[in-house]
Amino acid sequence: VTYEERLLEIAETNPDVVVMTAENRAAIRNVPQSLGPRFIDVGVAEQTLVGAAAGLALRGRVPVAHALAAFLTMRAFEFIRTDVGIAQLPVKLVGAFAGFLSEANGPTHQALEDVALMRGIPGVNVSCPADHEEMLAAVSSMVDDRAPWYMRYNPLQPAWRHRAPFVPGVAEMVTDGTDVALLTYGCVARECYQAAERLADGGIHVRLLNMRTLKPVDEAAILAAVRETTIVVTVEDHFAIGGVASIVAEVAAANQITVPLYSIALAGRWFRPALFADVLECEGFSPEQIASRVSAAYAGRHDARGDVHA
Amino acid sequence: MTPEARAALCERALRVRERIIRMSTGGGCFIGASLSCADLILFLYASVLNVTPETIASPERDYLFLSKGHDVPALYGTLAEFGFLDEARLSHHLSPKDSIYWHPNRAVSGVEFHSGSLGHLPAVALGVAMDIKMSGGANRVFVIVGDGELNEGSVWEAALVAAARRLDNLIFVVDRNEFQANVRTEDLVPLEPIAAKFAAFGWGTDRIDGHDFNAMERCFARLPIERGKPSVVVADTVRGKGLASLERRADRWFVAFTREEAAALIDELRGGAEAVVESSVRMVR
Repeated sequence: VTYEERLLEIAETNPDVVVMTAENRAAIRNVPQSLGPRFIDVGVAEQTLVGAAAGLALRGRVPVAHALAAFLTMRAFEFIRTDVGIAQLPVKLVGAFAGFLSEANGPTHQALEDVALMRGIPGVNVSCPADHEEMLAAVSSMVDDRAPWYMRYNPLQPAWRHRAPFVPGVAEMVTDGTDVALLTYGCVARECYQAAERLADGGIHVRLLNMRTLKPVDEAAILAAVRETTIVVTVEDHFAIGGVASIVAEVAAANQITVPLYSIALAGRWFRPALFADVLECEGFSPEQIASRVSAAYAGRHDARGDVHA
Repeated sequence: MTPEARAALCERALRVRERIIRMSTGGGCFIGASLSCADLILFLYASVLNVTPETIASPERDYLFLSKGHDVPALYGTLAEFGFLDEARLSHHLSPKDSIYWHPNRAVSGVEFHSGSLGHLPAVALGVAMDIKMSGGANRVFVIVGDGELNEGSVWEAALVAAARRLDNLIFVVDRNEFQANVRTEDLVPLEPIAAKFAAFGWGTDRIDGHDFNAMERCFARLPIERGKPSVVVADTVRGKGLASLERRADRWFVAFTREEAAALIDELRGGAEAVVESSVRMVR
């Protein structure tokens, strides 16, 4: 099933669903002919997309609105916050080409603060599926929910077989281990999975948590990871501020516990524009590089505690 | 319109203005911008909108969105006039125990949506108008837009899309009081010719005196102005209308009056001498 086929299934069972876009049709190319008047393209006008979605929701519709993540969450930010957030309307926002998925478009198109912005709005939830299959479950789940949602669109093929059903606020434990907790989401999850395999080969056992939703976030899984592993490493194609690294710190602080936390993220700059695989390599997010960065952090922690090379 | 009907409307308008003046005491309110569109809002509720306190939640009702949300005292004064809102609640203005403050909150019965940030409700109203068309409804969606608000690009985005979708159930009423917060619009970012701009965007247009009930009756009886097009009514109004001591004053946009000053203003409104008001203006923008 493709994303647009899933959307059409949802629209068939729920007559209130309307599919909207600010002339971003890559993922929904065949929706217009199937959905007729319930497909609404407002043109390249993200503010109007969000405002009109709020108006449709006021009338009882459930709009699923598509635009490029950078323009949806930033140009239209105040419309999301004011018309969707304050009113708590069931508008579902889908951001395309978020994070590294913007590839060679350059910094204008790089949404690396979208998670921070969206989760900062009271009552707006955030979903970052790890792959296409998980996204199909995520889109059904968010349409069924009454809350406003933002979802990072992710067309990548799965790196592993998901066993646990998609539930907002519940992380997926992909592998278990007590040396390193690796917390991630979205389109770099595959690299984390492969890094965990490499680390296991080297004797470092990783608890890989695919967060699935950043808001609500699985606090219990985070706290268990902090308590049951030696170090926590977060990996995200997002600025270091406001994403999962910040979330772990917030959860730890709220529970008054310390955490040896290492953040693999974009630290204060945009990434070098290139094709996806090259971006990963260039920015240190290939499985080899993640494994090596985790391994160094883990060794450093052992050194600091004096229980290795003592 | 019969002279009797007009006289009745004028009396209602005086009562709405009295309520606005009362809301300008204590912490004050955006009195100039409220007085300019008071006649328009009153007339829409009195004679145009298909909505009553009993049908305020009906999907078939006509909608009125206040996009220049700082004129909300004019809306509350009108909602109280027609029984949507308990008159006693107006004395809760700015109390944290109620939801009646400087900008509209839809927790107050009769308020369709919150506003205050300019340029939002053209888009929200567009969504509502689209759904009405999609659902086969005959109701209409009115939006009070400020002239200064036309500085916001999102107004023109929504205008383009409304024309593209042939939303002849959508009507913008521009409160053309010629001022924005601190200055005259034409001295800052000239807006004229406003109607021609909307016409070029594919809208039917009309221009009326926004204080003349006869002109409003003629205009609003003929909507949409053009078949298959959204309508814009540019209503020429006077900031502070009804009080010579306030009219057309750049420094009378937001004012907090004393109770004595408010009493003098209400006396002026009712034909008494021009009030002498000294209260300082709060610069809120």
